[in-house]
Amino acid sequence: MAQMTMIQAITDALRTELKNDENVLVFGEDVGQNGGVFRATEGLQEEFGEERVFDTPLAESGIIGLSVGMSTQGLRPVPEIQFFGFVFEAMDAISGQAARMRYRSGGRWHAPITVRSPFGGGVHTPELHADSLEGLMAQQPGLKVVIPSNPYDAKGLLISAIRENDPVIYLEHMKLYRSFREEVPDEEYTVDLGKANVKREGQDITLIAYGAMVHSALKAAEELEKENIDAEVIDLRTVSPIDIETIVESVKKTNRAVVVQEAQRQAGIAASVVSEIQERAILHLEAPVLRVAAPDTVYPFSQAEEVWLPNYEDIIEKAKQSINF
Amino acid sequence: MSFKSPLEGIDEKLEMIQILNEDGEIVNEEAMPSLSDDDLVELMRRMVFTRVLDQRSIALNRQGRLGFYAPTAGQEASQLGSHFAMEKDDFILPAYRDVPQLIWHGLPLYQAFLFSRGHFHGNQMPEDVNAVSPQIIIGAQITQAAGVALGLKKQGKKNVAITYTGDGGSSQGDFYEGVNFAGAYQAPAIFVVQNNQFAISVPVEKQSAAKTIAQKAAAVGIPGFLVDGMDVLAVYQVVKEARERAINGEGPTLIETMTYRYGPHTMAGDDPTRYRTEDMDDKWEKRDPIVRFRKYLENKGLWSEEKENEVIEKAKEDIKAAIKKADKQDKQQVTDLISIMHEELPYNLQEQLEEYKEKESK
Repeated sequence: MAQMTMIQAITDALRTELKNDENVLVFGEDVGQNGGVFRATEGLQEEFGEERVFDTPLAESGIIGLSVGMSTQGLRPVPEIQFFGFVFEAMDAISGQAARMRYRSGGRWHAPITVRSPFGGGVHTPELHADSLEGLMAQQPGLKVVIPSNPYDAKGLLISAIRENDPVIYLEHMKLYRSFREEVPDEEYTVDLGKANVKREGQDITLIAYGAMVHSALKAAEELEKENIDAEVIDLRTVSPIDIETIVESVKKTNRAVVVQEAQRQAGIAASVVSEIQERAILHLEAPVLRVAAPDTVYPFSQAEEVWLPNYEDIIEKAKQSINF
Repeated sequence: MSFKSPLEGIDEKLEMIQILNEDGEIVNEEAMPSLSDDDLVELMRRMVFTRVLDQRSIALNRQGRLGFYAPTAGQEASQLGSHFAMEKDDFILPAYRDVPQLIWHGLPLYQAFLFSRGHFHGNQMPEDVNAVSPQIIIGAQITQAAGVALGLKKQGKKNVAITYTGDGGSSQGDFYEGVNFAGAYQAPAIFVVQNNQFAISVPVEKQSAAKTIAQKAAAVGIPGFLVDGMDVLAVYQVVKEARERAINGEGPTLIETMTYRYGPHTMAGDDPTRYRTEDMDDKWEKRDPIVRFRKYLENKGLWSEEKENEVIEKAKEDIKAAIKKADKQDKQQVTDLISIMHEELPYNLQEQLEEYKEKESK
């Protein structure tokens, strides 16, 4: 066991898989000698060589197209998109191509690709670095979308993602990269894709969150406890497919739910969580399922992040609204 | 002073490579490929077969017995000459018009027809056919070809990836990115741009101020060639040389084949008389790849009307049998479509699988 930040846990997972499987390739802009703009791939080229860990020309569509092609040759690409705001350049390669590879070839080909990419607000990045675009990915059949919120999950989920024989979008929240340390086992382990985690048990209301919002929801739960409201916090971990079973089970117990996301209200995946709950547990609900989300504007200019990004106070407000409905 | 562009005159440097002229005469003896008589006859056989396939496909499409179809007549030298330079283990990434290359690479004809109709089995390449199904997103095959080629290189294989696009496709970002990636990694890729003069209704002059597409190779630092795409020997030889360079670790090549499609863009209502003159059609029909190769082979005593009729009859028979086989293919069910989405189905698809299983059992 070692105390690791999330970024260290990610590097550890990459190292583990590079060691385990000689078909694993790590590449992207500046991931080689430089070790990545966030040091996520630090030391990997040195350890595994330029054949396994390498830089690419600056072209996102080319990077994912390259991955799709390489996957037909028995390789297991782990490309990086430097910031997920740049995914628009690679939308066809991801949604139009990688996601459809198994289906369009009737199983003859598949694309065991893990696209790693940082996103998320609160660190005053320039334009189109922090946008939450997981909702776009979650709408694409053929993709799985994973968003870890802590070092332990980050390692286990990334190892699972890399071993998955179909494409996975693995989104890393920048604010969580180094914000805290946690015990992470040295040995390899996996965290199942598509499985949520109950981070805090409670009886009165279910708070469903992912990414940085998990920590805001936990903080909100602490505050709510002072007012005798016992919140259960679920970390989705995989936002597509969603772990309906865990969610429904919790809602049937608490009878109330709030879905929390950093993305704009019209984006993200909260709406699909809400509709799953109303389809499957409406008779257990004491109040409508509410959402905490950002305003439906373009991602804020960096100085406006504080007033724009959803925070624990917004969660408390919605939770009380639900309780007092 | 005023600077003069050092790239001035780049167009003139690209002369169109031709070996066989319109009268079926060898005009470049030095460049002649070393093909046996059997090879030459086989090439002709494939071109004639493919012309018949095109005629029959158009007819079958009009009868509603085929779906999506992009005519190929006129491009036989470009498509089959380039493919003839490939080995079985080379990998093909075709665009939507490049079904003939897949067929000659081993895709059974009835599956090509299923592709046209829209049936997943049409895309299930047999295990020994190194190819993906025709790409609809113009340019996507180019970046993927760079990846296939890099994969081949990393696996230490002496093989290449060959991919095709049209003149319009050379305007896409993915075209530049793919060619550039292959150059940067010196990957064994061959990029064939089949310049058939029109992207649907838009003439090639409107795609770019560049006088040739081959010269775009200069932008990424790889060799570029302009070839008479109606001359099967020239296409074969230039691609063959590109293949040799590629497997010797000398990187990719961009090849522009000057060709023409006699038919419409696709059978989905395109009417070429709106944007093409009869004069233009006539001019290109005089350059017909089959006519000139026939003359050449007849002069060598390798081809006759009788042989050609045999090929035509064989083609018709094969096509009839393939359509019959396609007709017999099981209809697609939603459960089939669900089961080819993932190796392990996520919960939503597991649920939907059950739902549709029940529907389908009724």
